[in-house]
Amino acid sequence: MAKILKRERLVPNVHVIEVEAPEIVRKCQPGQFVIIMPDKKGERIPLTVADWDKKKGSITSVFLVVGTSTHKLAELKAGDDIPVFVGPLGKPSEIEKFGTVLVAGGCFGIAAIYPIARALKQKGNKVITLIDVKANYLLYWEEKLRAVSDQFHVSSRDSFYDCKEYIPHTLESLLKKEKKIARIHSIGCTYLMYTCAEATRPYEIQTLVSLNPIMVDGTGMCGACRVTVGGKTKFACVDGPDFDGHLVDWDELFMRRKSYFDDEIHSMCYWEKKNFP
Amino acid sequence: MADNKKDMPPELKEKLKAGFNQEWRKELRKSFPMKERMKIKRQKMPERNPDERNQDFFEVNRGLRAKAAVAEAKRCWDCANPQCVKGCPVGIDIPAFVKMIEIGDFDQSVRKLKETNALPAICGRVCPQEIQCEVVCNLKKATGTPVAIGNLERFVADYEREKGDMFIPSLPPSTGKKVAIIGSGPAGLTVAGDLALKGHKCTIFEALHVPGGVLWYGIPEFRLPKKILEAEVDYLKKLGVELRTNFVVGLTATLKELKKEGFDAFFVGTGAGLPNFMRIPGENLVGVYSANEYLTRVNLMRAFEFPEYDTPVYLGKNAVVLGGGNVAMDSVRTAKRLGAEESTIVYRRSRVEMPARIEEVHHAEEEGIKFHFLTTPTQFIGDDRGHVKAMECIQMELGEPDDSGRRRPIPIEGSEFIMEADLVVVAIGNSPNPLIPQTTPQLKVGRWGNIEVDWDTMATSMKGVYAGGDIIRGGATVILAMGDARIAANEMDKYLQNHKKK
Repeated sequence: MAKILKRERLVPNVHVIEVEAPEIVRKCQPGQFVIIMPDKKGERIPLTVADWDKKKGSITSVFLVVGTSTHKLAELKAGDDIPVFVGPLGKPSEIEKFGTVLVAGGCFGIAAIYPIARALKQKGNKVITLIDVKANYLLYWEEKLRAVSDQFHVSSRDSFYDCKEYIPHTLESLLKKEKKIARIHSIGCTYLMYTCAEATRPYEIQTLVSLNPIMVDGTGMCGACRVTVGGKTKFACVDGPDFDGHLVDWDELFMRRKSYFDDEIHSMCYWEKKNFP
Repeated sequence: MADNKKDMPPELKEKLKAGFNQEWRKELRKSFPMKERMKIKRQKMPERNPDERNQDFFEVNRGLRAKAAVAEAKRCWDCANPQCVKGCPVGIDIPAFVKMIEIGDFDQSVRKLKETNALPAICGRVCPQEIQCEVVCNLKKATGTPVAIGNLERFVADYEREKGDMFIPSLPPSTGKKVAIIGSGPAGLTVAGDLALKGHKCTIFEALHVPGGVLWYGIPEFRLPKKILEAEVDYLKKLGVELRTNFVVGLTATLKELKKEGFDAFFVGTGAGLPNFMRIPGENLVGVYSANEYLTRVNLMRAFEFPEYDTPVYLGKNAVVLGGGNVAMDSVRTAKRLGAEESTIVYRRSRVEMPARIEEVHHAEEEGIKFHFLTTPTQFIGDDRGHVKAMECIQMELGEPDDSGRRRPIPIEGSEFIMEADLVVVAIGNSPNPLIPQTTPQLKVGRWGNIEVDWDTMATSMKGVYAGGDIIRGGATVILAMGDARIAANEMDKYLQNHKKK
């Protein structure tokens, strides 16, 4: 059992959750994730750790409401107990002094990229942050991210911020402008990570992506999260979640992520009917 | 690898002899001659009708009734030199508990059992008795059918649980020593039970949200109802064992960090939680599962109750399970219960080489499972949505025996054919879980990623750290894991007695 300290809607469909987890905090590093279950009947879902507070002993994550279990999570409030909050899982992101690093995030990835940007900045890198939102009202954590970035750019399709194109185009213009980018780290939906990796491929800049396949146990036991990277099968939960975006078999990942599409709709309808008749 | 043909330890020999010479046992032996005992037929385990049970997840075996159990116990000769005890990896005093059933003292019988086995209701169900205690039974040598020791073990354990008051043995005063047990599978639970009875404070760390390890996520409800597992875990809690679920040793805290927290000794029983795959094209198609994932979805996440539970699982029309072990049988029978029209085992060797228990194979056949022997897939074929729809297979013939002693399967050239399959479960074994070895560099690890131990003591290369079960063996059985645990617990107790707190 773990206690929820906070659960708030940040922007439409995106929520932040802070959970009491003194043990996980001690070990948590950027790029790692936790597995959470909203209630005893829920799914085990992986969430990238977005922030932590060592004094308070708490872990913060941001999630997109998409299926039944995330809907259930979005219904929780401070003081509620959840049956599963386990971690930190996966390998931490590689944090070295690379020079100039561009971090790109969208959706829940805006938060997930934050600790990586912070750690890179602390290591003495020049951090260029590029965030993608569909519209200006979907941006959150701007202040937090600005505080750890040397440059801060937002791609939003409503022309509210500096760029109005989808993230890969903005990324490309940044790559042309900033010649010295040593590596790129992107987190967000699969499509965002895929397009980022494709945009950087011609430039041969190392592009890390934090993969988000379906998981069950998260400790390497089941193999649900297998992905093909460089022609080899890897388990995202123990070999990742960070992989070289230029080596990932994206078609397979898209396909596997859609494995339970019909079941997910069925499950949502069932849950909604039961709880909101 | 250790085997169970070792000589009995002298303490056990003496204990058996003392029991054998008890007056009541002498009387009992005299009261009913061996010849008469031989005339009693082995009592049949009542089973649910196959056509009914393959539609649900309720238990297949119903358990012996009291009258049948007493009759079965009468078959036992109460031998002076009981081979069955030698056959048991944990050295249960089998004649003693069986004779107590014969005289109708079920309460004493279960207490006798629990002196050596904290998990009798589980072992009575999942141990392969036919290759352990029952295979060496002297009655089997004489009549061909051994005493149904496993069924009797299950009977008394169920009797006590159903009666509602579990006997809790009196515990010795606390030694003040703390033991960390990593993994709550059969090995970990056994070590905890044994060391708690010796007065040590045991804490079990479990990565998942429920204790039991493979007993929970692997073995299906119809073979081991989870309420029975819960009851046995509950018994351990009553012995003072602490359980910490949602704790991944290696990641949440390393072994070294736990040591700093004041644990004096460690037992690593993290199992074979790394699924092996075929490594053939198309294996990552949607609808191809490892047995671990398939069974975890169904047993742990309760996908058989979807959508009441959120976790889904594929319900194939043509379910194919690759492999011939117990896990393969569990998977194929699960697929049938989830509604597959055809549920088929595809195995590369022939029937006799299948490592599954005969009882499980028999149950599977009764339930309408098909078997396709001497066949192996060469690739999986998907539809346009990336979902598996068929397998290309090749036929095999058996050559010379390999390292395992089983005849090696050799592909027959040109024998390829297509088999329809919209759900595939790969059940070809597991490798040891790498988490502890990876995060504990001081631990010596063998060729297969298994933790290396001294087989006489189960001690690893690190002082005060012991290991047992699938983490040292690769994929084996529940009772072998418990046997390792028994040896480790004894050694750990000795170690703790000499160990001074810093």
